[in-house]
Amino acid sequence: MAAAADGPPDGGVPDEASRTGRAPGGESRRERAPGEASRRARAPDRVPSGAGPGDLVAVMTGFARTLRAAGVPADHERTQSMLRALAHLDASRPGDVYWAGRFTLCASADDLPRYDRVFRAYFGGLRAGRTTPPAITVTRHTTVLSGAPGGGDEAPALAATASAVEVLRTRDVAAMTAPELAEAHRLLALMRVGRRQRRSRRFRAARRGRLDGRATIRETLRRGGETAGLRYRAHRTRPRRVVLLVDVSGSMSPYADTLLRLAHALVRSEPRATEVFSAGTRLTRITAELRHRDPSTAMSAVFRAIPDWSGGTRLGEELRRFLARGDAGGAIVVIASDGWERGDASLLGAQMARLSRTAHRVIWVNPHKGQQGYQPLTAGMRAALPYVDDFVAGHSLAAFEELAGLLGGGNA
Amino acid sequence: MVRRTIDASDVESPARLAELLGEHSYLADEGLATVAFLALRMGRPLLLEGEAGVGKTELARTLAAVLEAPLIRLQCYEGLDASQALYDWDFARQLLHLKAAEAAGITDAARLEGEVYDRRFLIARPLLKAIETQPAVLLIDEVDRADVEFEAILLEVLSDFAVSVPELGTIRAARPPVVVLTSNRTREVHDALKRRCLYHWLEHPSFEREVAILRRRLPECSRILAEQVAGAAGRLREADLIKPPGVAETLDWTEALLALGARELNPDVAAATLGALLKHREDHETVAGNGFFGGRRG
Repeated sequence: MAAAADGPPDGGVPDEASRTGRAPGGESRRERAPGEASRRARAPDRVPSGAGPGDLVAVMTGFARTLRAAGVPADHERTQSMLRALAHLDASRPGDVYWAGRFTLCASADDLPRYDRVFRAYFGGLRAGRTTPPAITVTRHTTVLSGAPGGGDEAPALAATASAVEVLRTRDVAAMTAPELAEAHRLLALMRVGRRQRRSRRFRAARRGRLDGRATIRETLRRGGETAGLRYRAHRTRPRRVVLLVDVSGSMSPYADTLLRLAHALVRSEPRATEVFSAGTRLTRITAELRHRDPSTAMSAVFRAIPDWSGGTRLGEELRRFLARGDAGGAIVVIASDGWERGDASLLGAQMARLSRTAHRVIWVNPHKGQQGYQPLTAGMRAALPYVDDFVAGHSLAAFEELAGLLGGGNA
Repeated sequence: MVRRTIDASDVESPARLAELLGEHSYLADEGLATVAFLALRMGRPLLLEGEAGVGKTELARTLAAVLEAPLIRLQCYEGLDASQALYDWDFARQLLHLKAAEAAGITDAARLEGEVYDRRFLIARPLLKAIETQPAVLLIDEVDRADVEFEAILLEVLSDFAVSVPELGTIRAARPPVVVLTSNRTREVHDALKRRCLYHWLEHPSFEREVAILRRRLPECSRILAEQVAGAAGRLREADLIKPPGVAETLDWTEALLALGARELNPDVAAATLGALLKHREDHETVAGNGFFGGRRG
């Protein structure tokens, strides 16, 4: 098979195990040519062949620990599952070890490239050290203050009086000083956003609605078989899903950090009904990273997860990829971007048209809209606007509150 | 073909399972054969994720054929609830029964209750049906479309292979069904449910495997045509389409090509049959604009 950058080790692992460029989270592109021969197995140095059962457990739990360090959810329970699976296979065959681990220690396609990398490192005779993902250096406008230096709860430099907060609320994020920004982020972290409800297909008892057969029979029995008193039920309501696409490309850098913190607040408010993707030059799902309770932890996880900070925007392409995932159906889709499209604006328009047909509502958040005399002049913004239900600013806490108002309250 | 019924525990290795699946024209690669083997051996549900058309649902069908067990299918959708997935009481027949009892002057509440909550008034939906049927293969299709509350129900059933009906008691599986869940990944399935399962991400087949599948399913397809179709399909999957073709689509396409009497792929015959392969107008434009099959442009 062709060289697959993320393939498992040279050893007994079938070629299908290589990642194609299509797997979400997979990053390598595989080229397939007719008549490719599959790679022959060559046992890696460290597969525990002939090792005693105790050794096998030690080797495999070490492997699971290494995976955990790399961010694969290989906890104790999953490790036990792996050992049970391996008992049904041949632990001396690298391929069997590979599959037994992959089926039990990975929880999603996003884990597979990491799993393959760690497997190669751990069983490929390389030093099985700490395989933390390479740090991505991010140059940004502002420094994030995660707590004042030299202590957690010192009073911030900014006196958070009511009027100061008021000034802060309407202030453009891009113009804030570092302590002001830290304070704004603290306020954002405290924000809890309500959510519009939609009619669920489930039922609860109600005074009016449809006939509830089960409850009616119960009631009839209660009356000793006298058929009277019909019971009714009506639909419950459930929070409507929100999908947020945050543009983190170069032109958005003064705002990306704050918008991601807003995303964090949204995920924390409705963890089961919110999805977040970063958009830049490649669509990346960052919901899991944003589920961390602590905003600073969540932010560092997000920075590690996003592969393309500060690139150029190809929003049309990314929307197309997003629509192909099928996440938009019935959801409120929020796009946070300045619409500075490097790609083809007509492609963006076409994708926005598709989006408006599948999403429940499309909201566009543009940080520049808050500035005096703003006109949507960029080609991307102009192409997108006809398909946007709500066009709002996204430059200050007050603007975020307006957005929260659109997502919350009322039935949708 | 006379053969004694195959029991899940009779399959001694992943390779043997691959052979059995192959007898039913399903060509599984090593990973898929291994995970299906483990699912049978460990009695754990199998969670298959992957793009549409990589053969997730088909695997469940073929496993049912191999084990000579009925395939019980639960198609998930938003709002699916217990009364459609587990069981429901046949309210109309219960009420008739009570009416008849009323006419006969029976008012003993305990007796009425016992009669009206009898198993014969219970309608078994797929999950209960799979628990009451031995052997059975239970396919829970597109679990990502169901909502989160439903996953809780599912988790309970897949943990104990039992269904509790308050009025009737607990119905337990004498032998748990083989369970296959599929997901197209429109959202993450809850972690607790994933932990119950063996997880496998399915890829589109390799070139050689796809050629083999085409020749197996469509014996009249020549090697050269199968190779051209598989090559084109592989290229199209790399071409960033809205809906990359799955195996089902390449099979449809090949059938269409054969129906036109094509022995080889050429731009004209490809253009005439493209509707069997690509289901989105935008994808047709992408392919036509690129002169994808050689020859004239668009």
